[in-house]
Amino acid sequence: MTGSPLLRVSDLSVHFDRSARPAVDNVSFDVAAGECLAIVGESGSGKSVTARSLLGLAPAGAHVSFSELTLAGESLPAPGARRWRTIRGASIGLVLQDALVSLDPLRPVGREIDDVLRLHTTLSQRERQARVLELLDAVGIPDPALRARQRSGELSGGLRQRALIAAGIAAGPALIIADEPTTALDVTVQARVLDLLASLRNNGTAMILITHDLAVVSRVAGRVAVMSEGRIVETGETSAVLRAPTALPTQQLLAAIPVDVPRGVALSVPADADAPTASAASSPPVALSPTLPSATFSTASLEHPAAARPPALELRSVSRRYPTPRGEAIQALDAVSLTLDAGRTLGLVGQSGSGKTTIARIALGLETADSGDVLLNGNEWGSLSARERRPLRHTLGAIYQDALSSFDPRLSVERILTDALGVGASGTRQSLTTTSELLDAVDLPQSLKNRRPLHLSGGQRQRVAIARALAPGPQTILCDEPVSSLDVSTQARVLNLLDELQRHLHLSYLFISHDLGVIRHMSDRVAVINEGRIVETGETEEIFIAPRDPYTRSLLAALPRVRR
Amino acid sequence: MTVSTDTPTTASVSTPATRLRSLGWIARRVGGGVFVLWAVATIIFFALRLIPGDPVDAILGGPGSQASAEAVAQIRADYGLDQPLIVQYFLAMGKLAVADFGTSYALKVAVAPYVLTQLWSTLVLTIASLVVAWLGALALTLATSGRSRVARALGSALELLAAAVPHFWLASLLIILLSNTLHWLPPISVPGPLGLVLPVLTLALPLTGFLGQVMRESLANAYEQPFVLSARARGESEWGVRLRHVLRHAALPGISLSGWAFGSLLSGAVVVETIFARPGLGRTLLSAVTIRDIPVVTAVALLSALTFIIVTIATDVVDRIVDPRVTEVAAR
Repeated sequence: MTGSPLLRVSDLSVHFDRSARPAVDNVSFDVAAGECLAIVGESGSGKSVTARSLLGLAPAGAHVSFSELTLAGESLPAPGARRWRTIRGASIGLVLQDALVSLDPLRPVGREIDDVLRLHTTLSQRERQARVLELLDAVGIPDPALRARQRSGELSGGLRQRALIAAGIAAGPALIIADEPTTALDVTVQARVLDLLASLRNNGTAMILITHDLAVVSRVAGRVAVMSEGRIVETGETSAVLRAPTALPTQQLLAAIPVDVPRGVALSVPADADAPTASAASSPPVALSPTLPSATFSTASLEHPAAARPPALELRSVSRRYPTPRGEAIQALDAVSLTLDAGRTLGLVGQSGSGKTTIARIALGLETADSGDVLLNGNEWGSLSARERRPLRHTLGAIYQDALSSFDPRLSVERILTDALGVGASGTRQSLTTTSELLDAVDLPQSLKNRRPLHLSGGQRQRVAIARALAPGPQTILCDEPVSSLDVSTQARVLNLLDELQRHLHLSYLFISHDLGVIRHMSDRVAVINEGRIVETGETEEIFIAPRDPYTRSLLAALPRVRR
Repeated sequence: MTVSTDTPTTASVSTPATRLRSLGWIARRVGGGVFVLWAVATIIFFALRLIPGDPVDAILGGPGSQASAEAVAQIRADYGLDQPLIVQYFLAMGKLAVADFGTSYALKVAVAPYVLTQLWSTLVLTIASLVVAWLGALALTLATSGRSRVARALGSALELLAAAVPHFWLASLLIILLSNTLHWLPPISVPGPLGLVLPVLTLALPLTGFLGQVMRESLANAYEQPFVLSARARGESEWGVRLRHVLRHAALPGISLSGWAFGSLLSGAVVVETIFARPGLGRTLLSAVTIRDIPVVTAVALLSALTFIIVTIATDVVDRIVDPRVTEVAAR
């Protein structure tokens, strides 16, 4: 291999019309054939804009400038030039995240792949069809002839991401840009997609991997460039950067990952909190109980309030079946038994489709079990009518993954919280009875009161969602993937907040997640669910150190760890 | 490592089972249509009895007729009008069930062939209007979407104006402009395609504006979707992105609305046929209601309902072809 790199980027800057600060600020890097460069950073760090600029597809209103942008020694054309159409797909392939929406949901995936061949090859229609099947086979999709005719919505997350990769590599591009290619996937599926990307790289394709997940980086990329606020702050061999990060943003990214951070130890977060609050809360996250130093409280202090109370939530051999269009039934839950002790956290972990959300819906009384009992604070709950449930509803709160869609976009933060305060029996409590107190409790500045959800950051939205869940004065909160769509450091802050609220308000959490690191960090006990059955329950460390069930073991084995 | 394999959520590629499901779906829609027809016939039957006046007057040529009491009684017996209302109802339903629409009170001709010729004329008008409206809306949105802000603003202003214009005013305007001033077209509907132009334009323009507004919004939404970025990153041209991806998404709400739009065209036809002196269901209905010609009114109402039902089912079928995801949701 010659010394000249395949892609050379020098002094790339991107300005947006109405923004003083550049989104991308003098970024330079090279990628050689057969090499994978990871560009890492939190959302808003400029990594995706960088990637799109390399394809001449920077968002509308962007002004791109550079001193050099060459692919295999040839300069890439100016934005909007016709020549881009012969480069996109042919020389540079793009793989986006979440193939459900990144492939046209109305067209069969085979047609999407066929488009690339139609545009960049001279193959006849029949040859293209054969090639599509070869490609689907090459990315590890079983039964390609069937899959080619299905639309993205008919495929599982892993299959459709593979189909998207197949479209990206169809014309044999020398460079693939993969923008968060595994972010929406379960760990085991993610592991297989990463293996696929690694094998492409081994076959000589150059790759730029855009991600916020350092664990993914350590699995595939040889070199890493860390971006923060539009600049590359650190670049080097992946193993070296991860072992001894020199730049502050890299250190923060690494420290915020909850993998292997046990229960009770606060996750480290950067000093500039996403909630720029003037209150004392910006010092490490113990705003409500300043007497407790953050690192020394232990699980012992968590067990204390549990002693006298009955279990906060109990499911006794709950089963649920759903009919399918073809007249069969899917056993969503099969004799599931769970106990959430008062004041503690029960982590529920499993892949998507395993029944986690069905459990949440049944626990919330949004759905009724076919058989089995659901008890809330030791009292019958599952069999109550909607009218009987209403007076007890306020004792059970919920936080969801997608906070934005759970808000009425027209309401201000204050109105959202006022509405939530109205429904509960808030008269029975002394604290958290006003919107101001709620905002303080979740470390949000009062100045956000008049904002609408759309104008909040992801972390702020999730804090408002938590404040809303707290408003009626619940004893138990159901957290359904509450941090899955957040950046690692934002995630760490939200998790620390949940932890601190639990101690202060003696809350019980049913914590649902597919992320084992988050589960390990948050849970006192863990239940592992697979295909509607609880395969293993136990104390958190017991499960993580000595898993008994083969499924738990495979889940732990697939967990991407930062390899240093 | 034992890991569960990727499983497909559904496998609904045109298997016999899915085709059977589609047939079952159409059968259910047709059954629903029959029910609607029965309901329309029932409502019409009773509503017409609520209008003050005696249908015998209509049979005898209007309220001014000087018929003897015996003649009136004879006619009453002939038409079954002396029977109790409930018996009349079942007799009427029995006849309608075998498509026997009877004889017009006023014209003294068989209703079915007469109304069918009128229906044909109205169908030509409304279907032509629907097609013209769709073509206009497509051309307008495609020409102005993704262009400069001025072009987009102009496009949506035109659409808003067109959608807001009432038929009778638009008709007058078109007559003054295109026939009285420019002498391009005849002011009333003459036989042949030339006579169709003004009525069709009158009906189609407001619908063009309406469909255009709907499509412009969904087109803008479709452009924001990640699959558009994917398609561009594949090297797809701007027109390729438009025709292969975006347009299909943008057309969906318009297609769903077309069934409703056709209904509004049918009622708009009443006005337009009257203004342009064009034969058709609308004018027939208007005059038949005025003189209480019950068999004609019933036949026109039922045929309009039938047409509307057929068009609605047809748009649903097209909807399912353009957006196969509908099938899965509907089957759940």
